[in-house]
Amino acid sequence: MLPLISFRAIAPGMALAATACLLLLLDLLPTRGRKDHLAVVGLAGVVLSMILSLGLWGSDERAFNGMVRLDGFALFFNLVIGFATGLVLLLSIDYLRRQGMESGEFYILVLFSAVGMTLMAGAGDLIVIFLGLEVMSLSLYVLAGWFEGRLEAGEASMKYFLLGAFASGFFLYGIALIFGATGSTNLDRIAVAVAGGAARDPLLIIGFGLLVAGFGFKISSVPFHMWTADVYQGAPTSVTALIATGSKAAAFAALLRVLLSALRTVQPDWAVLFWGLAVLSMTAGNVVALAQQNIKRMLAYSSIAHAGYILVGVVAGGALGGGGVLFYLLVYTFTTAGAFGVILLLERDGREAVAVSDLAGLATRHPVLALTFSVFLLSLVGIPPTAGFVGKFYLFGAAVRTGYVWLAVIGVVNSAIAAYYYLRLIVFMYMREPEGSPTVLVPSLPAGLALAVALWGVVQLGVLPAPFLDLAQAAVIPLLR
Amino acid sequence: MGSVIAFWILAALVVGSAVGLVVRRNPIHGALFLVVNLGGVAALYLMMHAEFLAAAQVIVYAGAIAVLFVFAIMVLIPGKEETGPDPLRAQRWLAVPLGGFLALEIALVLRSTVFTTSRSPATVPGGVEAVGRLLFTDYLFPFEVTSFLLLAALIGVMALTKRKAS
Repeated sequence: MLPLISFRAIAPGMALAATACLLLLLDLLPTRGRKDHLAVVGLAGVVLSMILSLGLWGSDERAFNGMVRLDGFALFFNLVIGFATGLVLLLSIDYLRRQGMESGEFYILVLFSAVGMTLMAGAGDLIVIFLGLEVMSLSLYVLAGWFEGRLEAGEASMKYFLLGAFASGFFLYGIALIFGATGSTNLDRIAVAVAGGAARDPLLIIGFGLLVAGFGFKISSVPFHMWTADVYQGAPTSVTALIATGSKAAAFAALLRVLLSALRTVQPDWAVLFWGLAVLSMTAGNVVALAQQNIKRMLAYSSIAHAGYILVGVVAGGALGGGGVLFYLLVYTFTTAGAFGVILLLERDGREAVAVSDLAGLATRHPVLALTFSVFLLSLVGIPPTAGFVGKFYLFGAAVRTGYVWLAVIGVVNSAIAAYYYLRLIVFMYMREPEGSPTVLVPSLPAGLALAVALWGVVQLGVLPAPFLDLAQAAVIPLLR
Repeated sequence: MGSVIAFWILAALVVGSAVGLVVRRNPIHGALFLVVNLGGVAALYLMMHAEFLAAAQVIVYAGAIAVLFVFAIMVLIPGKEETGPDPLRAQRWLAVPLGGFLALEIALVLRSTVFTTSRSPATVPGGVEAVGRLLFTDYLFPFEVTSFLLLAALIGVMALTKRKAS
């Protein structure tokens, strides 16, 4: 019998997919090498997808034989992914032309990866999670090596592809073993089997371990983080922003859904595992970030540390921890996309200004940009009244309330360590004089718009977080039923 | 009992050929190990009565993809730099009698009554119909998403190669 075919349930993803296919056709129009219009149409598609997500708010359905779920959780992540993709499209327009690498396929692949992300967020079956992961990853592998002919770009693309292929292999093998243990790949049916005693099956435990390795790679958690710094450094800066925000959010969405809906009955067992991963990621990420002289590499290790903070919320679980994770991912998307957006506007001696010393004296020549960057950095540290503070407060608060006091303590200590390297950038901007030729700002209207949106997000979520927190917590409820 | 013995033999063959694929330096030998590996997996499918999967495995993987690999290796690696001189030159004359033996074997198999079974191959449990039904009902959505995945891969390849040409 045919399953329930519901285009409603996949409408936000369909909007993105249809826009990507439309861009394929529009790319053929003769426009003398200019591809701005593709980014604008792509952006319209992203906005349409977000409007559809808002319009479907409050639905809770399953479609396609349980393969797809339309619930608050998926819709919340659709919005996060929409913001990430939209900001990246805006940031890329002038940046690509400046680097002489403008091409229609770039915007098309960005949209394809966004489709993969929405699939992961709304998947009710391990197979669909895997397919979404692959759609997202394949596009990102190509995008990471976009600056063809540059050594770091080749390294980034190659490392990301090879390690990513390994991670996909682990993930798929994990799915096969879980299928062997429970007789299904559907999350609901796995939940029934686990509650019915399959939890002690070694097949399930090994399969779940392999699944965690696959997820750990995508969220760049220690010890699956080896690719992160090189890929973040070698990829075009706007793509780095997409990898850091969208792909991380999508992987966390799928991970949280598997943990909370399929394996909720054995939470104490997996909480121990993620406790270890969270501590390792926070500590290793922050300590290594201290030594970095390249801003993109520094933010890469910072992103590993942030994966650790978010895992604190995963360990806490429930509506509180899960809501904290969702809220933090929204905050992190604005903050990180903004931080990479600032870096991408800076040039020194005709090359990208990505060294920490390039920031010297920025505040005297470009006070507004320096202030904007400072806000993003303070949000990454977690200083009030920025969004990062509220996000961390709720993550660690959830850990304390569920009894993981030491985890919260380690998290707070780590935030203090992290303050050093973020504040160092601010010190360079405000208190150092540049040596040699100064760093120049390359003005760009779309990128300015993107920075304005990101800044709005950081301030809004920091000053008036309550409605968004309520949304985030309400979004987790469908998983807990 | 017989199937257990067969399983262990096949499993050893599959794992052994996978190890061989990884450790051999000669890419052609690696490709041949891959063919053995894929064939062994197809036999494992057969043991689980997944006839259609086994046939698809042989035709698509052991057939088309492995041949493609060998072609790519032959084209990309010029001369004998990688493979070295043929160490088994003396065995070449064996090819003629062995080829004749294989032809005889195939003729014998074709003459036997294997293909005159009364069961329609489509309706057996692991047959085309069962797989097709699943693919277009329960797994309709993943099936469609797979086509989207292939589209993404196609565009990615085009993006990588197009700019190289220009």
